[in-house]
Amino acid sequence: MIKALIARFRQGYRTMEFPSADIKLPARYLGLPKLKSLKLEAAAAACAYGAISAGANPALDLGRCVFCGACAQAAPEAVEFTQDYRLCASARQNLMITESDFKRAETLGADLRRIFGRSFRLRQVSAGGCAACEADCNVLQTIGWDLGRFGVQFVASPRHADGILVTGPVTRNMELALRKTYFAVSSPKVVIACGACAISGGPYAGHEECVGIPEDIPVDLYIPGCPPHPLTILDAILRLIGRIP
Amino acid sequence: MKIDHLSSFNFGAVDLDPALFLETAASRLAAGGRALAYFALPEGTAHRLVMAVGFDRESRVEVYSALFTGPLRALTPSFPQLHLFEREIWEQSGLKPEGHPWLKPIRFNTPGAVPGVADYFTVHGSQVHEVAVGPVHAGVIEPGHFRFQCHGERVFHLEIMLGYQHRGVEKRFIGGPDKRSLHYAETLAGDTTAGHAWAYCGAVEALSGVNVPPRAQALRGVMLELERLANHTGDLGALAGDVAYLPTASFCGRLRGDFLNMTALVCGNRFGRSMFKPGGAAFDLDDALLKELLLRLERTYRDVENAVSLLWDTGSVCDRFESTGTVSKEAAEGLGLVGPAARASGVGLDTRRNFPYGPYENFTLSVSGSGDVYSRAYVRWLEIQKSVELVRGWLENLPAGPVEAACGQLRPDSAAISLIEGWRGQICHFAVTGPDGKLRHYKVVDPSFHNWQGLAMALRGGEISDFPLCNKSFNLSYCGRDL
Ligand code: SF4
Repeated sequence: MIKALIARFRQGYRTMEFPSADIKLPARYLGLPKLKSLKLEAAAAACAYGAISAGANPALDLGRCVFCGACAQAAPEAVEFTQDYRLCASARQNLMITESDFKRAETLGADLRRIFGRSFRLRQVSAGGCAACEADCNVLQTIGWDLGRFGVQFVASPRHADGILVTGPVTRNMELALRKTYFAVSSPKVVIACGACAISGGPYAGHEECVGIPEDIPVDLYIPGCPPHPLTILDAILRLIGRIP
Repeated sequence: MKIDHLSSFNFGAVDLDPALFLETAASRLAAGGRALAYFALPEGTAHRLVMAVGFDRESRVEVYSALFTGPLRALTPSFPQLHLFEREIWEQSGLKPEGHPWLKPIRFNTPGAVPGVADYFTVHGSQVHEVAVGPVHAGVIEPGHFRFQCHGERVFHLEIMLGYQHRGVEKRFIGGPDKRSLHYAETLAGDTTAGHAWAYCGAVEALSGVNVPPRAQALRGVMLELERLANHTGDLGALAGDVAYLPTASFCGRLRGDFLNMTALVCGNRFGRSMFKPGGAAFDLDDALLKELLLRLERTYRDVENAVSLLWDTGSVCDRFESTGTVSKEAAEGLGLVGPAARASGVGLDTRRNFPYGPYENFTLSVSGSGDVYSRAYVRWLEIQKSVELVRGWLENLPAGPVEAACGQLRPDSAAISLIEGWRGQICHFAVTGPDGKLRHYKVVDPSFHNWQGLAMALRGGEISDFPLCNKSFNLSYCGRDL
């Protein structure tokens, strides 16, 4: 026991402040991309995931991007990655990055915010994918991040949840389970698509083994990334429930 | 035929006639061989069965193949380590292994298959009951279906039915390598990005005949060991959490992240994405980064040592770990278990020692023999110490020179096997090229493919309430097994 107490003392207080101006990401981290020019032909040719469209409506689709950096390497004059980890959007089309500013997610309506703003419970549904998104959701529950202090928690039963957080491209084999989980959550409820897979199929887009989130499960929040950094996920969830303006 | 892992061989030269193939396979397995891969490769309207056998003690790999048109004789009754391989062959090619005791789907990806719906083993008798769990589980975790046959608390049998994560990655390697191949490899199992990326690069490099420069080899070693450090540390924390010992659970949860952040310092991504590329590494380290990494390594390791030592000194933890979920050495060998799970049962297999590659020389492995949860935890602690030593060595003496060599066309009509010791155990990638030098077939064997059955054995005769603890002590991958 005494050893555990000494260890507790040694390990110190480790919960990070959030949001905070002091958050430092590694220099090679790829955050929100910026288009420096609309001549995207070279960048589009470098992208293996069809995330960049050149020509008439040039744009970079954050929902498809796996943040491999190939475009910026092939066409540094056109695409640049910033260190901005705040990547969420509340409508699919807002993930299309063009020249103008990126439109970040806004909070839930006043009614929903009143209900969920101080206590928000999520059932996570893992539906295909590589389990890296799940790992970065799990990390939010460790002492470094302490998701609970914001009133947000991952729960075991959909019956206890205010919404679901979906990861993975939704394999054919998980479609039914996802549906059942979603319909087991009582209304009003929220759906979060976390990671490139859940948003667009990500690296598995176009596979006949994957079906994507079905249309009758409307998505309220998109969190891009492959996987999204835990900071991105935390920022997105807190933005959604109005804890970050 | 004997071949070298990580170098290409003439695929035509391993051809046998079908009867001889089965006979040879059986005799090699009986002589102590372990199946590294066993799969069916389409060839016209027929299928070519290919088996790679490893002899761990002699560092020997052998490959045999034969063309089959009809059913074949199942080898599983004599060699249980093949049970999932033969089920996979049946599901993927339709070739039926006659006499297989457990023939049922493994990924439910054939027309009409419904995930989780199969013939389960059931135990009958008064007061015997069945407990079904999943595919959606209580935690933030991948999907799978578990069925327990119980009498009261006691588990007679656990059947694990997966396939929910099947997203069809393997066949997308065919026709490559292309721009997407590497990312497919990196996401075979997201927590094993370095392991699978290295295995993929190793196969491609063997087929193109390129020599990876020593500096790149050392950098790859750093990434692979950081991955092991992060996951082993996280696992020890999770094991502590499952026996309600919160100090270590909390500390290790944070420390796992510190290792991931070191990985991100190297390549920008916490899981090591974009670091590996055929021919070398995508990022180099300058002196400032080397210094920073060394500093963090020492600091983090000191805290890990402090956090983990609490486990072995706490009676309530040891009491829950000891004699829980025991897998005997015979069972581990019979099922072909790999990685820490095998070493915890006293099996002397570590790819870094038995089939050395890249920067690993004179590696000595860590075993801990009792086969219970305690052993599976303790082996991780031994491996953490070893990994820190390795990373420190590479960072202090990083070879000079380039980090990349040009990787050219792949040799046509050839094949290569690449074996890497991921943190869960041996990863095997088997690549075959066609006459055009493109990948004609690509087989991935994640360590979890071997080890899930080990978890089922660990539960046999145990208590159902020990399931979470046993499960955590294996911590297997669903996506790596389902592909
Ligand atoms: S970083 Fe994104 S947009 Fe750029 S090439 Fe990679 S996937 Fe495409």
